[in-house]
Amino acid sequence: MKPRHRRFAWIGVGLLALCAALALVLNAFNSNLVFFFTPTQIIAREAPLERAFRIGGMVEEHSLKRADTRVQFVVTDKANRVTVEYVGILPDLFKEGKGVVAQGRLGADGLFRADQVLAKHDENYMPPEAAAAMKKGAEVAEGLSRSLVEPGAAGAPR
Amino acid sequence: MPVFWNSVSEFVAMGGYGDYVWGAYGVTLMAIVIEVLALRLRSRRLGTPAQRALGAGQS
Amino acid sequence: MATLTASRSRFFRYASPATFYPLAGRLWPWFAAVAAVLALAGLAIGLLIAPTDATQGDSYRIIFIHVPAAWMSMFIYLVMAFYAVLTFVFQTRLSAMMMRALAPTGAMFTFIALWTGALWGKPTWGAWWVWDARLTSELILLFLYLGFMALQSAIDDTRRADRAGALVALVGVVNVPIIYFSVKWWNTLHQGASVSLTRAPSMAREMLIGMLLMALACWMYSIAVALVRVRALIVERERDAAWLREAGEA
Repeated sequence: MKPRHRRFAWIGVGLLALCAALALVLNAFNSNLVFFFTPTQIIAREAPLERAFRIGGMVEEHSLKRADTRVQFVVTDKANRVTVEYVGILPDLFKEGKGVVAQGRLGADGLFRADQVLAKHDENYMPPEAAAAMKKGAEVAEGLSRSLVEPGAAGAPR
Repeated sequence: MPVFWNSVSEFVAMGGYGDYVWGAYGVTLMAIVIEVLALRLRSRRLGTPAQRALGAGQS
Repeated sequence: MATLTASRSRFFRYASPATFYPLAGRLWPWFAAVAAVLALAGLAIGLLIAPTDATQGDSYRIIFIHVPAAWMSMFIYLVMAFYAVLTFVFQTRLSAMMMRALAPTGAMFTFIALWTGALWGKPTWGAWWVWDARLTSELILLFLYLGFMALQSAIDDTRRADRAGALVALVGVVNVPIIYFSVKWWNTLHQGASVSLTRAPSMAREMLIGMLLMALACWMYSIAVALVRVRALIVERERDAAWLREAGEA
């Protein structure tokens, strides 16, 4: 290979890399910068209902129903809720009250049929004891505020 | 400060995530070793200033 | 005025390869040694002492390399862009060489961030890779580093290669804030920052200390490697310069 050819080859590689980068940027700007839509966006018809998209939010507490590998749960953003159906194995971190992103299509019946479910975790890292203590603290605070609203409720100081 | 693990096998297992954790650490170590070795080879090839002074007349 | 010229001349003295070559030779072993000590301490705390995470279990321990590598991948690119500005404005030879010396290490840290991210994503999210804004922009950073390096080896004329590389470094720097703020600007699967300048870190103390030690270790390592590489570059480029032939062991 002559040095000139090698130079051309390198320029080709460089251009190719830059083109790949640009293509990725454009692709991302097209559809993927919005990685998921919230239930509120979906109900406001901002999601592309004619093709597959992702829904993201919290798994509503006590909404998970299992039958074999078929699961159903509700995704909520505290304002609106969408029911999701999925057949398959859920990720380890999937939990009620935690974040979730599911890919699939929204049916005319309002049911979101997912073909992939991902768990979205937050940026907090703490040992189990601290997490338990925090949960307990939150419960105590909740009980206390309830007892202040309705005197005589369980847990009220007497 | 106490060590978190009770045994070596527990440490290796990483709570069931051993493959992922050690895969991450192993490849990182490999990348660093490759970079350091490549850099050493490059510096060696160039030689010490004294060697360069001797070889300069010939090239 | 006199002090200004004095500091200016000192700046340019160290910007000369002839002065920087022996200085870099003296400095790099120290940075390497500090990097090794910090890495050992960081690994001991992160892998041995830090407790497990309540939600993620021990898979979270990947954080001790993932986050420092991701930080370095962005920071090195910023430093490269800084040297690119110096290359354009002052046309100093050393700044172009520093740019070139940093790129391979930046690319390596970008690769490590992506690799460890995949190995962390699989057990926690349930996917090795997703095309969300954070992951996509970090992948673009890898292509920017590779594009920079390919361009540098493609152009034989050193001055032109330096200018072309500086251009890539400068154009690409817009990607760094995109990476950093992507988790705030868009809906991403990737979680937000655990450590930022604006609020208290959301991590248990041992976890945080381990991660910061590893980040410092990566920083010191990068400096050591860049210094050694810039020495090799100086020799390669100025092989025939009188000062290098006269220089004794430095």
